[in-house]
Amino acid sequence: MFKTVSYSELPSALQQMMERSRSTVVPAMPRRSFLKMTGAIGLAVGVFPQLAAAQATEAAETELKPTEQPSAFVQISTNGEVTVTINRLEFGQGVQTALPMILAEELDADWSLVRSKLGTNDMAYVDPLFGMHLTGGSNTIKNSFTQYRELGARVRAMLLAAAATRWDVDVSTLRTEAGSVLSADGRKLGYGELAETAMALPVPQTAVLKDPKDFRIIGKPTQRLDAQAKSSGQQSFGIDFKLPGQLTAVVVRPPVFGGKIASLDDSVARAVKGVKAVLRIPLDRGAEGVTVIADGYWQASQGRDALKIEWDTSAVEKVDSEKQLAQFREMATQPGPRQFDADMAPLETAPLTLDAECVFPYLAHAAMEPLNCTVQLSDDRAEIWMGSQSAGLDAGAAANVLGLKPEQVVVNVLTSGGGFGRRFSSSSDTAVEACQIAKAAKAAGIDAPVRMLWSREDDMKGGYYRPTNLHRARIGFDKEGNVLAWDHTIVGQSILTGTVFEQYQVKNGIDAATTEGMRSPYPLPMRLTVHHPVANVPVLWWRSVGSTHTAFVMETLLDDIARATDQDPVAYRMKMFGTEHTRHRDALQLAVDKSGYGSKTLAEGRAWGVAVHESFSSVVAYVVEASVVDGQPKLHRVTAGVHCNLAVNPRTIEAQVQGAAIMGLSSCLAGSEITLKDGVVEQSNFSDYTVARITDVPEFDINIVPSADAPTGMGEPGLPPLAPAFANAISRLTGKPVRQMPFNLA
Amino acid sequence: MITLNINGSQHEVDVDPETPILWVLRDTLGMTGTKFGCGAALCGACTVHLDGEAVRSCSTPLSAAEGMNITTIEKTTDGSDRIGAAVHTAWVKHDVAQCGYCQSGQIMSATAFLASLPAGSQPTAEEIDTAMEGNICRCGTYVRIRAAIADAASNLV
Repeated sequence: MFKTVSYSELPSALQQMMERSRSTVVPAMPRRSFLKMTGAIGLAVGVFPQLAAAQATEAAETELKPTEQPSAFVQISTNGEVTVTINRLEFGQGVQTALPMILAEELDADWSLVRSKLGTNDMAYVDPLFGMHLTGGSNTIKNSFTQYRELGARVRAMLLAAAATRWDVDVSTLRTEAGSVLSADGRKLGYGELAETAMALPVPQTAVLKDPKDFRIIGKPTQRLDAQAKSSGQQSFGIDFKLPGQLTAVVVRPPVFGGKIASLDDSVARAVKGVKAVLRIPLDRGAEGVTVIADGYWQASQGRDALKIEWDTSAVEKVDSEKQLAQFREMATQPGPRQFDADMAPLETAPLTLDAECVFPYLAHAAMEPLNCTVQLSDDRAEIWMGSQSAGLDAGAAANVLGLKPEQVVVNVLTSGGGFGRRFSSSSDTAVEACQIAKAAKAAGIDAPVRMLWSREDDMKGGYYRPTNLHRARIGFDKEGNVLAWDHTIVGQSILTGTVFEQYQVKNGIDAATTEGMRSPYPLPMRLTVHHPVANVPVLWWRSVGSTHTAFVMETLLDDIARATDQDPVAYRMKMFGTEHTRHRDALQLAVDKSGYGSKTLAEGRAWGVAVHESFSSVVAYVVEASVVDGQPKLHRVTAGVHCNLAVNPRTIEAQVQGAAIMGLSSCLAGSEITLKDGVVEQSNFSDYTVARITDVPEFDINIVPSADAPTGMGEPGLPPLAPAFANAISRLTGKPVRQMPFNLA
Repeated sequence: MITLNINGSQHEVDVDPETPILWVLRDTLGMTGTKFGCGAALCGACTVHLDGEAVRSCSTPLSAAEGMNITTIEKTTDGSDRIGAAVHTAWVKHDVAQCGYCQSGQIMSATAFLASLPAGSQPTAEEIDTAMEGNICRCGTYVRIRAAIADAASNLV
């Protein structure tokens, strides 16, 4: 990937790389025949063939990259239906609608005839900038906006050329509108009627894009393409996928991560009706487990409950949350690698100082659809169906387990019931576990596809959590709130050390996924020391990653300084943004204006809270109203100012901001933490791991700053500023800072 | 053999009577609209109606449903039920779903709630929240759920 740039510089560096690749001189256009390929694989007339088939024929002659080939992304049926293939996982964020909007815009499609489907681990579906299959980092719209525009423009040009041939007129006399080509003399052909002819034409090398002022789909609040299916039980998710004869597998994992089996008595389990096999399998992190394979989930889980297993956890660390916090506190006093440095001498002489310690727990993703993965094996091939944020990585890991070549593994990406980062782990733990089961089943003589399915307890206890982080700050400032020196330390497990991403994202012993969101955009003299303790708890990105804690620390501590120096929290931030950070200013100003902050009188017992944070290239500002009811913090109203440049689908952006804010709210609520005792996770289900319910939810008013600049993503950026805005309001009410998530006002 | 009445049709199933309704629907009968979320009646994703009452199918054994009418999301939103149709229409209009996984359960809870109201009455915001408190949505679609239920209720008058 990109060895010379740091993680924080990655997006701009990638854009530069993209620009360079675009300006490369392209050789003369090669001959391509879509019709020939269509015939070769027997697809229905009027359908653009998929890339995998295209690769087997003459497509190699083209200079277009796989990610630029219309054949991999667009199918036009004779009835005019346009089906757009999505190069990501759809798990709620709405790319399944936004990407077709972008493509349909340039195609001039009839939106009522646009459909979408998810892709596979085919190389056509890599992120065009990262070069790997990836749904993450709120990157879809940011990285695939131009890609999908160009795909649409290329197909439109081919349809225009087809009509020009049909009518024997110059293509420049034709225009397109809502799924049809129109001639100057009033003739009209639908895209469905032209598709077959268009397929026979070469794919144009250059894509001529619309002037954004002519957009009629992009920017229009648009209903999700899956709204009907998801409001009627008709949407199929990974868990719903079923092959003939398919069996279901559940797994018993050791109580401590990495534990092994000391003894196993499966005699009762084997006798459970419907149980086909009980097999020992290797698990993630060197652990051993037992899988029970049965006709259905209930029989499998009955079999699992009947197993008698003694575990050997003697060789693995048994983390205890209380002891771990004490250990982190000790580490925070030690010298360590520094991400930023500054002169700390003013700390000794500063008129005012602030000392703070903030603690953040492990968090489970707790997506509503439990992890699952279906595997079908033959001697030289594996086909996998799963909700994957990283189909290529998962295919490679599956191939490793199964002793196949990566090209012998197909991963079909299925719509998921949430994910929030959990469906992308660098160990591909879900795919690997399912393949270990399938491999063991095959060795045991079971010739049937197997679906692995986790329980909710597996999800809570089975790992991959947002890491626990401890922050320490000592800040010196003057009476005007000018920060003179800020000495900051973070202690938390690295997410990326030891993974394939380490070389790109861990620099000088510091994981950027821990520190992202620190200092920026404020011009602060900060020294940031980072410690990455190793602990026997698997950790992972969790919606908005480092910003889940760094935004809280930055925005609450700056608010404390504003309060200590009698400054308005909005004016204080605006002063620090200066003239440089206009997106931050505009987002905050919009939230302020719409909220009535500074003009409206709040109800008795309520206070305002403010926070602004940029993550994944988008800025979100919240102005909230909160109170304390019976000793518990209560959030009443959230007004958002959002800056994501051009808003492709404002209706989805509103939903994403609400949803991200509510996920942020969840992590403020009592009981929203994963804790360990003697190495065992103490939580097990929604009874002891809090997520927000409807009764916790405030009123929302989401406002988007108008912009025509290239769009940035909105899957995550709504999350980070919610907790600090809420905490700042509570602090104003109680006079005491909030230094802990979940909040504890005791 | 146990005979179940599901969505107005009789189904004979040969399973342990203690099997939760959820797994008979999903694994035995292939009716996957009803979702598995927690297995412990904590999240509401598996909600179905038993003689019109919302129940958590993950924790309700078949034996408790014999001789009763089980209604699932497939039937409630097929247009044949007045309240179900109003809720379905409102859900689509308000674009409630994000990932959509919990929405079958949300809709089944919402329809049972609206059916329980006196004819012509409009639920308050508090009543809606109380009725829906047992259904978790990790995507946080609650704001639109509130709006959709209020809208559906107003269209049922």
